[in-house]
Amino acid sequence: MINEQKHLELSQVGIEFPTPKGPFCALTDVNLKIAKGEFISLIGHSGCGKSTVLNIVAGLYQATEGGVLLDNKEVNEPGPERAVVFQNHSLLPWLTAYQNVELAVKQVFKKRMSKSEMHDWVNHNLELVHMTHAAHKRPDEISGGMKQRVGIARALAMQPKVLLMDEPFGALDALTRAHLQDSLMEIHADLGNTVIMITHDVDEAVLLSDRIVMMTNGPSATVGEVLSVNLERPRARLALADNPQYNHYRHQVLTFLYEKQKKVETVASKKPTSNTRKSA
Amino acid sequence: MSKAATLGKVIPVEFKKSMQSEWMKTFINAALLPFIGILVFLILWSAAAKNIETSLGQFPGPSAVYQQTSVLIDEHFAERKKAEAFYERQEARNQARLKVDPNYQAKVRDYTGKPTFFDQIWTSLYTVMIGFLIASVIAVPLGIACGLSEQTYAAINPLIQIFKPVSPLAWLPLVTMVVSAVYVTDDPAFSKSFLTSAFTVALCCLWPTLINTAVGVSNISQDLVNVSRVLRLGRLAHVVKIVLPSSIPMIFTGLRLSLGIGWMVLIAAEMLAQNPGLGKFVWDEFQNGSSESLARIMVAVLVIGLIGFILDRLMLLIQKSVSWDKNAILR
Repeated sequence: MINEQKHLELSQVGIEFPTPKGPFCALTDVNLKIAKGEFISLIGHSGCGKSTVLNIVAGLYQATEGGVLLDNKEVNEPGPERAVVFQNHSLLPWLTAYQNVELAVKQVFKKRMSKSEMHDWVNHNLELVHMTHAAHKRPDEISGGMKQRVGIARALAMQPKVLLMDEPFGALDALTRAHLQDSLMEIHADLGNTVIMITHDVDEAVLLSDRIVMMTNGPSATVGEVLSVNLERPRARLALADNPQYNHYRHQVLTFLYEKQKKVETVASKKPTSNTRKSA
Repeated sequence: MSKAATLGKVIPVEFKKSMQSEWMKTFINAALLPFIGILVFLILWSAAAKNIETSLGQFPGPSAVYQQTSVLIDEHFAERKKAEAFYERQEARNQARLKVDPNYQAKVRDYTGKPTFFDQIWTSLYTVMIGFLIASVIAVPLGIACGLSEQTYAAINPLIQIFKPVSPLAWLPLVTMVVSAVYVTDDPAFSKSFLTSAFTVALCCLWPTLINTAVGVSNISQDLVNVSRVLRLGRLAHVVKIVLPSSIPMIFTGLRLSLGIGWMVLIAAEMLAQNPGLGKFVWDEFQNGSSESLARIMVAVLVIGLIGFILDRLMLLIQKSVSWDKNAILR
């Protein structure tokens, strides 16, 4: 499944934020090569710059050092080929689920699809996330999990080369999260998008990923270790619970997080306000 | 509903009781308390009025005001009848002359009777709406520009801060002179007094809308802005699809403040400049100085208040129909 060809490459990525006390170095020397169709998780303690990495790949932030290449083209602005699923869904509250997806489809495919094709494509994507039944409800009329499904449908509808997910299930209860993880695995198996997902949840990381990128604590955070997860797909959550290999991976991530990168709260490790919002 | 659901299996009698008390509460809040408030005000008013003796007679109490209201209504219809009669006579005269001389160019003259109270109300309403529209057409786009770009805001902010506190009465002489100097036509579509009042209103209506729109636009959630950036929405699409809907509540807050201010400003401007409208009515009655004058002014005061209230409710209705957030509590 993993294509060896170079698809997405982060090389020597670093970023500094200006603060009243001088520049704050959030990331330094982040190197990562990601193959087409690969599922990558970014894991690390709060404030270690995971979101910053994702935002740089999305083009929402500009790296101050190094850069990101997607299919040998430099990333320097946001675009639909790097769709983002935001942590708090970010649906437009005045549009229905259908209209939210439609806005993306109209924008991305305005020259390539006829009206009826667009209509079918919107419905197809809502179907992928099992949201057809609530297509004409507005975000405040549906549950948190459903909103996140619509957010995923909107991102998928852009037919992105890379799907960027910023703690997509962080705000959901455990059962809903499990449902959505299963849906996401199905979709990933179907469509084979390249995915980068930020998570706090060790089980989620091991269950979903091909590789887990573990990040050191900030400031000047960087990639600590990369763990390849060689578990047979499709993966079943129940069967894996007793799988020694699965538990071994879990253990490795936990060791990294709680022994090697034990979080010590100091004033210096606090990030500047411009950056804390998303990574909290 | 929600209360009934949580009560679950409560016996029907108590359920009925709670429904009844709920209904009582709404009735008391919506009808009884306002009624008591008005009643107390009327009692205090009439008591105070009896003790104030002015050079134009006793200060009008509620009954005098009620009486003058019906007088004003009668005067209005009497004036209308006179106007009709005038046009009928004119028409008959013209027909008669045409019979004698087929080449006669019939002259149609407007009735020149004095405008009634209701004519003045209409003039004021029309003027405030035009002034308010001019202000909104300028203030909303400018506010959006200020909210979107910090540079624009920095450039315009000093002007806003300086002109915002200026009283309409200070503008009035300038506007009057500029209108008479610039608006020179043989066949004016609008009277100069109308333009002066409307522009003065517009100058004072600009600021609340401008400031509130700018604040609303600059407070759009960063996540929604990011969605727009990821989708690569163009500038116009960004404004129409993201910025406008999410700042509608703040824009309307500004518009409602503006309309309220505009209505107050207009009355003052009409009084000072002797431009037709309710303000002129008040001033004319004051100059007239008959024993009914104060009561007639009081009628105008109440009507001005009532119209201000209705205008605000109308804006609220428009806001409700435009806003996507139907659950928001609007007051």
